[in-house]
Amino acid sequence: MLIQKESDKSLYTDVWVVAEVGGGKVQPVTFELVGAARPLADARKSRVVAVVLGSGVGNEAPTLFSHGADHVLLVDDVRLAGFTDEIEASVLVRLIGKYKPEIVICAATTRGRALIPRVAVTARTGLTADCTELGIDPENGDLLQTRPAFGGNIMATIRCSSHRPQMATVRPRVMKALEADVTRTGEVLHEKVLDSDCSKIKRIVEIVHGADSAVNLADAAIIISGGRGMKGPAGFELLHKLAQLIGGAVGASRAAVDAGWVPYAHQVGQTGQTVQSKVYMACSISGQIQHLVGMQSCDMIVAIDKNPETPMMQMADIAIVGDVFEVIPEIIAEIPRL
Amino acid sequence: MKIVVCIKQVPATNNAKIDPETKRIVREGLEAILNPFDTYAVEEAVQLREKLGGEVVVLSMGPEKAGLALRECISAGADRAVLLSDRAFGGSDTWATSYVLSKAIQKIGDVDLVICGKQAIDGDTAQVGPGIAAHLGWTQAAFVMKVVDASATGLRVQRMHEDGYDVCDVDYPAVVTVVKDINSPRIPSLRGRMAATKAEIPVWHPDDIGTDLALIGLNGSPTRVVKTQPPPARNTVTQVMFGSPQESAHALVRELRKRNLL
Ligand SMILES: Cc1cc2nc3c(=O)[nH]c(=O)nc-3n(C[C@H](O)[C@H](O)[C@H](O)COP(=O)(O)OP(=O)(O)OC[C@H]3O[C@@H](n4cnc5c(N)ncnc54)[C@H](O)[C@@H]3O)c2cc1C
Ligand SMILES: Nc1ncnc2c1ncn2[C@@H]1O[C@H](COP(=O)(O)O)[C@@H](O)[C@H]1O
Repeated sequence: MLIQKESDKSLYTDVWVVAEVGGGKVQPVTFELVGAARPLADARKSRVVAVVLGSGVGNEAPTLFSHGADHVLLVDDVRLAGFTDEIEASVLVRLIGKYKPEIVICAATTRGRALIPRVAVTARTGLTADCTELGIDPENGDLLQTRPAFGGNIMATIRCSSHRPQMATVRPRVMKALEADVTRTGEVLHEKVLDSDCSKIKRIVEIVHGADSAVNLADAAIIISGGRGMKGPAGFELLHKLAQLIGGAVGASRAAVDAGWVPYAHQVGQTGQTVQSKVYMACSISGQIQHLVGMQSCDMIVAIDKNPETPMMQMADIAIVGDVFEVIPEIIAEIPRL
Repeated sequence: MKIVVCIKQVPATNNAKIDPETKRIVREGLEAILNPFDTYAVEEAVQLREKLGGEVVVLSMGPEKAGLALRECISAGADRAVLLSDRAFGGSDTWATSYVLSKAIQKIGDVDLVICGKQAIDGDTAQVGPGIAAHLGWTQAAFVMKVVDASATGLRVQRMHEDGYDVCDVDYPAVVTVVKDINSPRIPSLRGRMAATKAEIPVWHPDDIGTDLALIGLNGSPTRVVKTQPPPARNTVTQVMFGSPQESAHALVRELRKRNLL
């Protein structure tokens, strides 16, 4: 809502975390968001409220409390079993109107990024996408939201001073979850889905889980990524093997995806995904600009290539000059020796 | 069947260089291109029209030169284009942008389906598609990787998620945003290129679509970019390993170990 006079801002309190729910379970990224919300609520002397929309989520509150939530707002309804964003948005808009949170954050996952813009538009407020930093302006208490744009080439700080709530999606794996404290408890509030939330909705016919966690680029701490030099699907087998061994995900350059060696869901770069893992291991990826914009924000870049002159090898923290088919098996052999 | 495809003109990264100091893209002097994701949106719309009949209208909000991006879409098979251009639109955030586009979609009239790219490569928000759906009160499907089936009343689509995908049915009117996986855009035909050159592209202003001036441009935008800065430089000195595969592997694993990454 547009704030008419400055004093109306005080009508809006609390920091809401919209939980990421999959298969009736609150997903780990939610705890990162609660961890990010905690200092904001403390600075504003308000509470962290986790909002859980799902089906069979009745027992999810304790883990949210132990990770730092003060309240949990539960909406448990079979109609929320799949990801029907129209229903979720309608419920959230209603609850925002009722409880008037000051800040609402949500994970910048495909679900969060589909759902929350719908909520923000309907609630007539601003939404900052894919934030990597959130803070409170000590001068006036506004939320300062920092995010990468243009493929990570500029960082923009964004403010929403004239509307409430202030809304943001937050990039997974950037914020830190708090150490779980099982002695923490809180209050659970129950809310309902109304029939009026369910008009004009999609029908979900089937939910297909990716067979392997190896494709979950957003959540992975380490990404093992391959390019043209992996020569074919067999080369990617090698990367899968390494990724599996260290609990990482497999990424790919556009060339490898276009060649059909690996599905599109693995593609990193301008027309694929932007990733920000702790380690990005680029295996024979030359480093075209369109690929670099998708991974240059990773903490540490390791490149393996025969040619030390490629842009990727030049930008890497560690550049291993060598044949991927010789080096990677050696890495695989090295790991159990840890 | 009337399909509107929303497209955005964005700065190109094709010819960009990496700044040797900051290891980041040099943005200055980049040419303007059609947002890469929007080429897939246009192709999908054209394929749907070929199957179901009807018309594909491409729509963009942007400065005059965004007309070039619209022409490119006509060469790729769109039937006609509309440009929303006015100083009053400038500075729009995603709320205001999706509002203006939704007003134009209403003015175009009788629209069954709106297709957007998954996101624009400059703002990178991915918020405009779902925003349009919200303004119009339509159903939506974001990050669509495949149209499984299309009829005169609705679509069956696959939506991409981090942990797999789902299949869902959406009835028209609906808004869909698409990822690259969905199709392979065609090469423009000679006929398409001629149509693009000849096309008359009407330019609409706030009055033409009945927008509330308090809801567009900088004034209508709840968010404000208050500061931009380059990201923290990757001030790393590349450590090059020239040893045998075994030596390098050993050194790498030790290094990752040391940093608690394994
Ligand atoms: C550095 C920076 C950061 C920004 N951060 C935010 C932010 O966090 N929140 C916010 O609300 N705004 C933000 N903006 C403003 C936002 O980029 C613009 O409002 C823009 O109009 C929307 O573009 P987008 O790149 O976000 O589009 P996206 O939502 O990423 O684009 C998705 C699709 O929507 C369609 N589309 C987008 N723009 C147009 C258009 N002008 N005409 C026709 N179709 C279009 C296309 O189909 C496109 O593929 C930011 C701008 C900058 C420069
Ligand atoms: N003269 C203009 N006419 C129409 N749209 C514009 C104009 N200038 C900028 N825009 C759009 O407004 C949004 C914000 O742009 P900017 O003001 O450059 O940050 C972008 O999506 C532009 O496409």
